[in-house]
Amino acid sequence: MSDPIIKIQNMNKWFGDFQVLKNINLEVETNKKIVVCGPSGSGKSTLIRCINRLEEHQEGDIIVDGNELSEKTKDIEKIRAEVGMVFQQFNLFPHLSILDNCTLAPIWVKKMPKKEAQELALDQLKKVQIDDQANKFPGQLSGGQQQRCAIARALCMQPKIMLFDEPTSALDPEMIKEVLDAMVSLAKGGMTMIVVTHEMGFAKEVADEVIFMDEGMIIEKAETKEFFANPKSDRTKLFLSQIL
Amino acid sequence: MIQTINFLKPNRDNIKNYSIIGTFLVLVSLIDVISNAFLKINLTSFLPGSLTTLFPLIIGLIGLNMMRIDYSGNKKLDLLNKNINTNNFNALLTLLILFSIIKALPQSLSWMIFDATISGDSKDACTGTGACWTYIKVWFRRFMYGMYPNEFHWRINTAFILVIALGFVGYFMKENLKKYLALYYVIIYPVIAYLVIYYLISGGSFGLQWVETGAWGGLSLTFIVSFFCLIFCFPLGMIFALGRRSNLPAIKYISICYIEFWRGVPLITVLFMSSVMFPMFLPEDFFMDKLVRVIIAITLFEAAYCAEVIRGGLQSLPRGQYDAAKSLGMGYWKMHIFVILPQALKLVIPGIANTFLALVKDTPLIFVVGLAELAGMLALAKTNPKWLGFAMEGYIFASIIFWIICYAMSKYSYNLEAKYKTER
Repeated sequence: MSDPIIKIQNMNKWFGDFQVLKNINLEVETNKKIVVCGPSGSGKSTLIRCINRLEEHQEGDIIVDGNELSEKTKDIEKIRAEVGMVFQQFNLFPHLSILDNCTLAPIWVKKMPKKEAQELALDQLKKVQIDDQANKFPGQLSGGQQQRCAIARALCMQPKIMLFDEPTSALDPEMIKEVLDAMVSLAKGGMTMIVVTHEMGFAKEVADEVIFMDEGMIIEKAETKEFFANPKSDRTKLFLSQIL
Repeated sequence: MIQTINFLKPNRDNIKNYSIIGTFLVLVSLIDVISNAFLKINLTSFLPGSLTTLFPLIIGLIGLNMMRIDYSGNKKLDLLNKNINTNNFNALLTLLILFSIIKALPQSLSWMIFDATISGDSKDACTGTGACWTYIKVWFRRFMYGMYPNEFHWRINTAFILVIALGFVGYFMKENLKKYLALYYVIIYPVIAYLVIYYLISGGSFGLQWVETGAWGGLSLTFIVSFFCLIFCFPLGMIFALGRRSNLPAIKYISICYIEFWRGVPLITVLFMSSVMFPMFLPEDFFMDKLVRVIIAITLFEAAYCAEVIRGGLQSLPRGQYDAAKSLGMGYWKMHIFVILPQALKLVIPGIANTFLALVKDTPLIFVVGLAELAGMLALAKTNPKWLGFAMEGYIFASIIFWIICYAMSKYSYNLEAKYKTER
């Protein structure tokens, strides 16, 4: 067993008076794929936003790749550069072309030479099959293409961990598949992934573990087969019966 | 049955008849008004009293009503109906506007052109009833260059041509120098422009005679003041806009205080303070030219407005853009320079253009501290005993000049908007 790359211990988080995350404990080992599911408002998104400190937690420890995240963390940018993130709303930069979206951070954050960054970007775009769109602007692409570009953009930073925040929730049903395909091939390539999603088919296909959250707590955490075959808590059973 | 009674209600079956009769009636009403205005002939004098005045309006309304046919198939007719003849009220407004333009045209044309004088070089040449453009002609150099000595006007012209030429350098920069573009326009360009204007227009060295700023004036002073205020107030405003959104309390509250202070005081008091109060606080041997003080005052004042406009742009960006930039490992400055500001500034082009236009039109206020730019020179000229009574011509001239400047600026801002439009 290798050392966990993400370690969360007794983490609590409040928005004002409202406690969104309650006593979260989670360990993710390198190359493991974790799927987080649960009803909306259960704190799934907040949890993974905490992992690259887009949200701050108030209690407990989060350790990412040996670095503890806290107010004292000096170079949070360095840690974020190691953790790629894909958002529900794509969040591409609309004023830059697809290629520039992908090369911006490698050039200015990782100080990569421009040529090298462009080659890397085209390579990543090819993997998600939109290299022919490289010179278009995000507004000219379909939702599915935009989301695949967002995945490529995150991968261009060559992160150790990828976080997905409901990557298919804002897409047309027809486009969900193309994005999931890209994620499946990424998973098969051995990336460490934490995916918040409602796509149970995807969870069954690639996930090593499934976490079920409700009301800010981790209700159930089990291996994928175990999770779907015989869920332990009643809340999980109810959720699964409604979603499947 | 109904159609025969309601003969004013046009339909598609006999478009031709209706549109021809309608056009004829509208033409009759227009001819009546035109002959009345230009030739002073009342074609309808046979009608009793008030009906004479209302006749063109009634005829025109009936005509427009008959022309109002939906989807007539005639493109010109459709265009007309869609834009100025959608219902009876709009038809009435259309006719009233047309009639007032026609009525006002002969008088203004004859005042401005036909009865106007432009020959001669003293007030005695203006004997007609029209405008006296001689006044503008005689005073033209003063309006352009103020009290600047006539033989040195070439210095102002050369300085302006140089400054404009330097402004275009950015277009010809090589690709690998493009990253210094912002640096050039924010720091290097203003310094060079300042030096050019200082050495050429002020003189005092290189064998050029010294001309003090009190003698500067007219349109050239308008340009100098607006130019420096525009290029300095924009970066300053950007800094305060970012400052106001900062997480650091000291920076945040300094920015808020700055913005609220300058937005709260009228420009005219700021100008007075800069020229009267400010020198009192300075050490005896420290001298700062009045023009420089005024430019600094206007810059600080307009920067507060710019800051609020830019802040509006920053706030309109979705939070996802910040999240995405942060998740790629960008720090505060990289995130703002590459992701946030390019988008925000693009959004605020109309607002910034608005602020800049207001700035240019505020420059006449510097007259209160004794600097006479275009409007100020007018105020001086109209009180000249030899040329009393021509304020109207002067103000029309000034408004035309200001309008041209401001229209050019707003056109340029539309171009910028179109150039940086990348969404869809």
